[in-house]
Amino acid sequence: MKSLHPPSSLSSTNLRLLVSLALATISFSFTGCGSKEEAEKSAKESPTPSELVAQQPKIHGPEIKSVELTTPLKQEWVAAGKATYEMKCLACHKLTGDRLVGPGWSGVTKRRTPVWIMNMVTNVDMMLAQDEEAQKLLELCLVRMPNMNVTQDEARQVIEFMRSNDGEP
Amino acid sequence: MNKRILLLLAGAIALSGSGFLTGCKPKQLIAPVQSGVAEKVYVAPGKYDEFYNIVSGGFSGGVAVYGLPSGRLFRQIPVFAQNPESGYGYSEETKPMLNTSYGPQVWDDQHHVGLSTTKGEHDGRWIFANSNNTPRIARISFETFRTEEIIEIPNSSGNHSSPFLTENTEYAVAGTRFAYPLDDEGSNPDLALTGENFRNSFKSVVSMIAIEPTTGRLSIGFQVLLPGIGIDLARAGKLKSHDWIFFSCYNSEQAHTLLEVNASQKDKDFIVALNWKKCEEYVKAGKGRKSHNRYAHNVWDEATHSATSTIETETIILDPTELTDIVYLMPCPKSPHGCDTDPTGSYIVGSGKLAAIIPVFSFDKMLKAIADKDLEGQFCGIPVLKYTSVLHGEVKKPGLGPLHTEFDGKGFAYTSFFVTSEIVKWNIETLQVVDRQPTFYSVGHMTIPGGAKIKPHGKYAIAYNKITKDRYLPTGPELTQSAQLFDISGDKMKLLLDFPTVGEPHYAEAIPAGLVTPKSKKFYRIEANHHPYVTKSEKDARVVRDGNVVHVYMTAIRSHLAPDNIEGVKLGDEVYFHVTNLEQDWDVPHGFAVKSSGNAELLIMPGETATLKYVPTRVGIAPFYCTDFCSALHQEMQGYLRVSPANSDVALKYGIGDTASP
Repeated sequence: MKSLHPPSSLSSTNLRLLVSLALATISFSFTGCGSKEEAEKSAKESPTPSELVAQQPKIHGPEIKSVELTTPLKQEWVAAGKATYEMKCLACHKLTGDRLVGPGWSGVTKRRTPVWIMNMVTNVDMMLAQDEEAQKLLELCLVRMPNMNVTQDEARQVIEFMRSNDGEP
Repeated sequence: MNKRILLLLAGAIALSGSGFLTGCKPKQLIAPVQSGVAEKVYVAPGKYDEFYNIVSGGFSGGVAVYGLPSGRLFRQIPVFAQNPESGYGYSEETKPMLNTSYGPQVWDDQHHVGLSTTKGEHDGRWIFANSNNTPRIARISFETFRTEEIIEIPNSSGNHSSPFLTENTEYAVAGTRFAYPLDDEGSNPDLALTGENFRNSFKSVVSMIAIEPTTGRLSIGFQVLLPGIGIDLARAGKLKSHDWIFFSCYNSEQAHTLLEVNASQKDKDFIVALNWKKCEEYVKAGKGRKSHNRYAHNVWDEATHSATSTIETETIILDPTELTDIVYLMPCPKSPHGCDTDPTGSYIVGSGKLAAIIPVFSFDKMLKAIADKDLEGQFCGIPVLKYTSVLHGEVKKPGLGPLHTEFDGKGFAYTSFFVTSEIVKWNIETLQVVDRQPTFYSVGHMTIPGGAKIKPHGKYAIAYNKITKDRYLPTGPELTQSAQLFDISGDKMKLLLDFPTVGEPHYAEAIPAGLVTPKSKKFYRIEANHHPYVTKSEKDARVVRDGNVVHVYMTAIRSHLAPDNIEGVKLGDEVYFHVTNLEQDWDVPHGFAVKSSGNAELLIMPGETATLKYVPTRVGIAPFYCTDFCSALHQEMQGYLRVSPANSDVALKYGIGDTASP
């Protein structure tokens, strides 16, 4: 796979420039924007998915505090979630593990809690302002995940589609 | 600087300020700015202004939006002129907006704005704008700040007295400043330019453009045939005078050459009083005659993000020499320009450009004179009421060159004076001058927020000066236009601020921000995009050949265009880039441009689709890219189009990332 924006192709000067630009274009500040070395270090020491979920602080928006998952998957939600994915997510997220603009979705339901995903989709500005994991992704991808005005119901359907993509029955 | 010097300085400033108040001459070159004005116009970073100021752009062909009291420029809305910055008039979707029965017009002269009202008060729905050169009226949405509709006015030229609105936005008016033979029965006739032909065949038709109350859709309600008299400005009645609209005119001499001299011969021209309600009744009763002409009606459809242009072919004309109770003339000294009705609808202020008085007409007296048949005579078959019978009174020695009058709702009128370069405040009932302040220099129009409505918001007056000279850092022979903000909350006007403006502002209206801000659109819902060439998912991005026409269905999202590698286009092809901005968030437009396209850029709002036509002229690679700095990887938002020779057999091919050639 040919990534569109492989970070390895960026010199550290360029990376710093781009981080500055990213900071300049956003209306809040966060600490800990790292150099290339730091980014690589954190990549090497990545926790396992279950560790990651366990470590994840409980940051959520005012509305979404819990998400109930049921098995088997609701197939009509899987289909609706796929339609939303194709219109609003596909341009940046592959269904494999490969990163395009944002991370590939394979395994995302194992790495992130449903509440985290729902908030990242529906309340991305809050997440980028407060959530460390979301901030790490911005440092990695350098493009703020856009607010695509996905409703909570649509986001819930997208989770069902993600679970289906991750092989859940 | 120590405290003592500061105190001394403050004292000196206060002294000089009070000096101006008591005895300054208007010829003073330094504005009499008083201390403490800065905080009155300072809008702190991140804070909003109190008013939107909607300002005509004159020869820029568009409308500009400023904040008050800061004077900050927020936006230029393209209306009657092409705008390469936004692609307006260049994109396939917007080209029809500039169509007329004469073909596309790339430029016009935008003079006046009218903000929609319900029961005489601002309702924050639409902005109406006129074009003077090729007569048209436009409707602009307050939700999108975009031009949604333009209607051409046949049988007219020099559409200056426009688009002034009736009290309930029933009509916008269009008049004829450059008297003109009718386009009746197909076209404008081939007439020799003689005085006789002018008097017989040149007319000043007034058109009432009907506005559909819920959609704002425009249509030509009816036209009224007036003799060739140079209809100049207009203002509708209010409350008791709701059924009437008043116009000024400046060439009752009916001169067709050297108007500067020949149209300035008579002591008095006219204020034309038109009873539009009565006209409606006559139209309904079939008393009008049909005029067969051609005019374009251009409508923007927000669902398809596209405009259509239709040529219409008929208007209804009423003749006041046959329908004798629809138009009356009131004599008005000399070559009146402004024609303004006060908030109560009781008074009509006519401002004779060459007069040394301001005549104020009484609506009640006008009705009485009409009932009593109190006439001076007739002009070209239209009754002329007796001046002294319709006059409320004259403002004596107000200044030289009165042009326009606005109102503060507290019983005072504010008139601009071009020749003596000042704003003069006077009492409407007593006709006494109570204050005057110099402007820098030669004020034309002026605005008080809501100053033309039944309940003015008051607080400020803005002078739109015609001459700038030394007010700003010089920029060669061509200077920015100069507006000036006055505080009118007290008895005396106080100059607060100079601010530069774009184009040449004529009339402007200011509206409280709270009536507009809540409904401002943030983006277009991609689900509701019904553009025929929309691409709603990047997986559907593609290139389709249809003969020598190539359609590129392209998507844009931070930070890539898809497809970004295109091959198989040949010389002789016409390429249409239909770019859909997939973003669904506020303030994330993407731009699009192709090297050497000979065309403008596209500026595509979130959820919108826009189309750029590109006809390659050389074999080779044509890079394209996003022109609006959208993200940290904006620079990477680029792609390549390969143009091959006409006879080549390069197959159509496109892709991005994995789907591009390795």
